[in-house]
Amino acid sequence: MNLLLCGVNHKTAPVALREKLAGLIPDAAHAYDHLKSWPEVSESLLYTTCNRVEVMCVSEAPDEAAARVREFFARHPEIAPGDLDESFYVHRDREAVQHFFRVAASLDSMVVGEPQILGQVKQAYREATAHHATGPILNRLVHKAFSVAKRVRGETGIGDHAVSVSYAAVAMAKKIFGDLAGKNILLLGAGEMAELALEHLKGQGAGKITVANRTLARGVALARRFHGEAVSLEELPEQLLFADILISSTGAGDILITRDQIKTVMRRRKQRPLFLIDIAVPRDLDPAINDLDNVYLYNIDDLNEVVQQGWQRRRHEATKAERLVAAETLKFLHWLETLEVFPTIIALKDKAEAICRAELKKTLNQLAPITPEQRQALEVLTASVTQKLLHDPIIFLKRNRRPRNPHQELDLVRRLFNLDPDRNSGDPEKD
Amino acid sequence: MNSLFLYLTLFAYFGATGLWLAYFLAQREGYYRAGVWVMAGGLACHTLALIPRAWAAGALPAATFGEALLLFAWALVAAFLVLIWRYPIKILGALVAPLAALMVSGTLILPARQGTVSPLLKGFWLTVHICLTLTGYAALALAGLGGILYLIQERQIKSKRFGFFHRRLPSLSQLDNLNYWCLTIGFPLLTGGIISGSLYAQHTQGRFFSWDPKEILTLIAWLIYAVLLHERLTVGWRGRRAALLAICGFLVLVVTFVGANLWLTGYHSFSSFIQAP
Repeated sequence: MNLLLCGVNHKTAPVALREKLAGLIPDAAHAYDHLKSWPEVSESLLYTTCNRVEVMCVSEAPDEAAARVREFFARHPEIAPGDLDESFYVHRDREAVQHFFRVAASLDSMVVGEPQILGQVKQAYREATAHHATGPILNRLVHKAFSVAKRVRGETGIGDHAVSVSYAAVAMAKKIFGDLAGKNILLLGAGEMAELALEHLKGQGAGKITVANRTLARGVALARRFHGEAVSLEELPEQLLFADILISSTGAGDILITRDQIKTVMRRRKQRPLFLIDIAVPRDLDPAINDLDNVYLYNIDDLNEVVQQGWQRRRHEATKAERLVAAETLKFLHWLETLEVFPTIIALKDKAEAICRAELKKTLNQLAPITPEQRQALEVLTASVTQKLLHDPIIFLKRNRRPRNPHQELDLVRRLFNLDPDRNSGDPEKD
Repeated sequence: MNSLFLYLTLFAYFGATGLWLAYFLAQREGYYRAGVWVMAGGLACHTLALIPRAWAAGALPAATFGEALLLFAWALVAAFLVLIWRYPIKILGALVAPLAALMVSGTLILPARQGTVSPLLKGFWLTVHICLTLTGYAALALAGLGGILYLIQERQIKSKRFGFFHRRLPSLSQLDNLNYWCLTIGFPLLTGGIISGSLYAQHTQGRFFSWDPKEILTLIAWLIYAVLLHERLTVGWRGRRAALLAICGFLVLVVTFVGANLWLTGYHSFSSFIQAP
């Protein structure tokens, strides 16, 4: 029995190819019908995200199964046979488990540490179970992957560092204000990045939102979108008294707010901290404002610097996460190995029980009539003799397995106890 | 017996130091929680070590520098545990625990009291004076330590160079609130300590103020805190300036407590509290 993971991801295939492949699987029912119709595949799980199209399966004949999946991928009319040569990868056993754990833990993502991937895998798993495509091995694998992802998130700081400008703004605001609940935001001008930052800040529970815009009509429209209030640019000095965070992106070309203005405002604010975000190019706010106490001015370059450091931190945390994944992979493989010995252990016990029963029957026939207590004592005797005799071989099977050639010992035990009586003695491999 | 508890205390404070440094470096919540328990256990041992001493002396044991250190360490740890229960600035523990451990070590290293305590050091008002002053010191020391953290974090945010500390320190507003909270509690306590002390001095020495170095330095520290509190409440001083003043006040208190006792002499020094056997 082998684990097999094949597919394409953002590292091997361009987005055009991934889109086409993802198009093969809009209808999960159809896809799983296909996968389940193959005799080589006993369990399967199919998942697609914007960065990957992958199939995880359990198979007795991995080569054939991989070929089947590849055929399945190549069925798309717009895919040329050569397209998959470079991009299609097949991972087996250890690599497959590790790859799957890395995907779930968002280590294989384009944006390492992004949280969406786990939800996508969960959704795919729900679909697979709805179609009864998974079995004991994949069920356990998937649940292990979820717990690995949870540990990676909890024990490493992989998701903690902002990797976008709008998120960097939120992260800095948190370092200044601690809690963003109830903090008022003043939006000066509008733009995609400013709106994105505003969206994030609102998500953190920010308070009143005020939009100041050169053209009032546009300001009113924006304010309505964010359930805020629109004011004109003339009211800016007044509005600065109430705001905690100012996002400026007018692109007016000259300095809108000077250091002296802010200095006056700060006195009137009784020095309540003010966080100014200037994402306009050229800048709207006088850079000297940053020298004032309790005022923190960040421009687009500063935020980009935060983002750069966020990437560095994430890469650093990712190496920690990789260690965790490697350890969990080994644990899972060990479980998989013990899974293989269970049929042999059961066969051993069955055989012992059958012998006991047969021998007991013979003996009882020869003995004079005995009491039920005596009969029970005989049964206990035979059962405990066989149990003690089998104890060591079973421990041997469970524990002392050679990692390099796990089948060798299993096979030895099966032959030793003649568990496959119809087997040709010249055939050394069981499966 | 009583030194056994002292060693246990020391052990616990060093243990908490280790755990909180580990928390600071690794940012694992488990280390922090373990540190709180170890610290609380240390405080319990500390209390058990103080009780027989107080019993034997018939008053709060504050007659030598070592004894005063032990009392102050107790007040600092207790104040810190109250603080984090109300206001969890976890990283402060990594400063408080080693400080407490050093003070307890100081007690163990410094020579023990030889001779009897001056009768001046026994009396209800003196106990009140010592309690108020030391708890006030403890709260203001926390404000000073918080101020150090504030300055580090503010420097990183202003200069936009985010180093090792940036991720690990709490937000500016949390650190500034710590300053305010400790100040509003520590300042009245210190004021009460000064008033009760001068009343006691009037009662025993016949004068409120003796121009003793310890008294003068304490008054300077009190003035610094008074200015800080006043400015905070009226014009809203906060942030860097508040942190700087809290650190200044803390330094003056350290000089008062350590320097005035070791290098300067006056009737308030520990050397004058002991009568030769």
